[in-house]
Amino acid sequence: MARKLKIALVGNPNSGKSSVFNGLTGLNQKVANFPGVTVDKKMGFATLSDNEGNQIQAEYIDLPGTYSLYPKSPEEKLPFQILCDPSNESHPDLTIVVADGTNLKRNLFLCSQVIDLKIPVILVINMMDLVRYKKIEIDFHRLSLRLGIPVIPMNARTHEGIKELKKAIVQPLHVPDNDFIDVRVFSPVVVDTIRNVVHVNSNYNAFLVANNLDLITAFEIHQWKRDKIQAACKDHFFDSQQMQARETLERYKIITGIMNDCVVTPNTPIQKSISYKIDSLLTHRVWGYFIFLAILFVIFQAIFSWASYPMDLIDSSFQMLSSFIRNNLPKGLINDLIVGGVLAGLNGIVVFVPQIALLFFFIAILEDTGYMARVSFIMDRLLRKFGLNGKSLIPLISSVACAVPAIMSTRTIQNWKERLITIMVTPLMSCSARLPVYTLLIALIIPKDYVYGVNLQGLVLMMLYLIGFVAAVGVAWVMKHFIKTRERSFFVMELPMYRVPRWSSIGLHIVEKVKIFLFDAGKVIITISIILWVLSSFGPSGTFDKIEQKYSSVEYTRILPQEEIERKIQTEKLESSYAGLLGHVIEPIIKPLGFDWKIGIALITSFAAREVFVGTMSTIYSVGDTNSSKHTLKEKCNLR
Amino acid sequence: MNSEVKYLSELKRGQNGVIDSFTDYELSLKLLEMGCIPGEKIEVIRIAPLGDPIAISITGYMLSLRKEEAATVRVRIG
Repeated sequence: MARKLKIALVGNPNSGKSSVFNGLTGLNQKVANFPGVTVDKKMGFATLSDNEGNQIQAEYIDLPGTYSLYPKSPEEKLPFQILCDPSNESHPDLTIVVADGTNLKRNLFLCSQVIDLKIPVILVINMMDLVRYKKIEIDFHRLSLRLGIPVIPMNARTHEGIKELKKAIVQPLHVPDNDFIDVRVFSPVVVDTIRNVVHVNSNYNAFLVANNLDLITAFEIHQWKRDKIQAACKDHFFDSQQMQARETLERYKIITGIMNDCVVTPNTPIQKSISYKIDSLLTHRVWGYFIFLAILFVIFQAIFSWASYPMDLIDSSFQMLSSFIRNNLPKGLINDLIVGGVLAGLNGIVVFVPQIALLFFFIAILEDTGYMARVSFIMDRLLRKFGLNGKSLIPLISSVACAVPAIMSTRTIQNWKERLITIMVTPLMSCSARLPVYTLLIALIIPKDYVYGVNLQGLVLMMLYLIGFVAAVGVAWVMKHFIKTRERSFFVMELPMYRVPRWSSIGLHIVEKVKIFLFDAGKVIITISIILWVLSSFGPSGTFDKIEQKYSSVEYTRILPQEEIERKIQTEKLESSYAGLLGHVIEPIIKPLGFDWKIGIALITSFAAREVFVGTMSTIYSVGDTNSSKHTLKEKCNLR
Repeated sequence: MNSEVKYLSELKRGQNGVIDSFTDYELSLKLLEMGCIPGEKIEVIRIAPLGDPIAISITGYMLSLRKEEAATVRVRIG
């Protein structure tokens, strides 16, 4: 039987960890949730074979980026909980620490912490292309000896070093004999007490437990263990902050020694770097803001102009499929269900895939190049006035794609108050699920004209998004005065070097997001679509028969042509169906807004999910219209 | 040696020095793990358009922090 091997990838943010993960697993990935929290758990699988030809089933897990094992934000709690709790279900057999080779000193800090946990570690030194470009010389052999672990140089973008890494993974696991630093001397009794009370593999692990008592979930069951440890800490004056400072200084002292021994860095000032020159433009006090607005403008224009071609194609293929089924399958209830319920709903989902893919494409590029950090940098001062943080802008902008991952990304904001406000106002931004609704309404109301070469519809769309932003910021300002906290707000953030986007990772990212939209949102939309079809195809017993009878009488058949009668029957049937009755019930409430009962039904169903609105509209209008196979929803609305 | 200790927030763009000490314990922990160790060379690289935050160079990379945060870092100049 193949041996199983759980491997965790950890590293600083911007170290290219995801590229290494993609290089190791290829397309064989899945995204799940960590139990209890909504952080994406990215897992990948691969089969490797060791030197004797035995198969090894490798299960990789990509942990959120972190600078240390002291969690400062909710997202950083995960690496801590998984690495420091041997009973955690994701606790790895082997850890790969991914380090940015151009910034080894800071990256070795986290690496040294993981080494002291006594988990087998492989250090990957990534971004070798930049290391060579900056003429940094690293003696890998020496570094490996000093750290006591394998060290693999890598350029994950070009897959350089992936083969060597895979070879290192299948080697027998081992941990260095010596501690990187001895933390037991800081507080021997506390460390020993913890090692007696809970099962941990190392002194350092015990030390970390003392520093992060609140994060050990096992204590929820074994309160006495926690009490015992707390008592020991109190008796021996274990001051967590002081301990942490001591540990950090100690580690950096040794790391500095190792750096002097193994790495030669030429003394080139940052001002000479390309990133610095790009920043001179992108964070300029006039051009910086202008360019940011221009980028947003381009994104919205693109979503409207570029996406319309594939969207029209999808729309017309669905129309073709609908009419094919309508004409070729036996007529009856099933046929109606497939065309009016399933296909109409499906069309309503699939048609928005191009726009959503484009949106995620742009956001991924902004993130991947390092530009987002600059946007935070130039906007922090403004946003702070509203109780937000420069880092709030990333969630706010990503919520344009979808509020759910955006709210998840607020985990990088360390301050509780700023994070809470960001979470509360993020849904006010227009998410892509609202895009279908906007698209439909804009297509109805705004002429498809160009003024000075600007697509008017795209412009209105941009305005809608801006209104969302203004609302979000306004509400944030109000909330700022209501939420009180003693916690302080920090804005200590790395400005990574600019990099060319990694197209393959962006591709994977888009596929992942579109899948979530299609399947998660799709399930709801199709279900509601079918329920709606039932509601709008059936009415209280006898009413449908009466309608048919009414129109079959001579006074109608003589004056009106057959087609007109058909249409009248359909409309009247819809109006007296269950859905119609429901719509009529709420009509008095929405009438002042100028909505009729048809929109009323759509409003009710959109409570389930915003995007259902459009699916409902298509279902209702396709029921209410005999020529449904000939017209798309947009056209139908225009015809009305 | 003739040297002067200033707060990081008082440094002008392009000015550099060596980290001396911190005045805020909580914040210093975050700065320490980011590599801002006493004795390390530090330089103000850029100041954001609205005067705040600032970007500094430390151990070869760029870090941004707010002015009020920079006011907790004492820097030895010259």
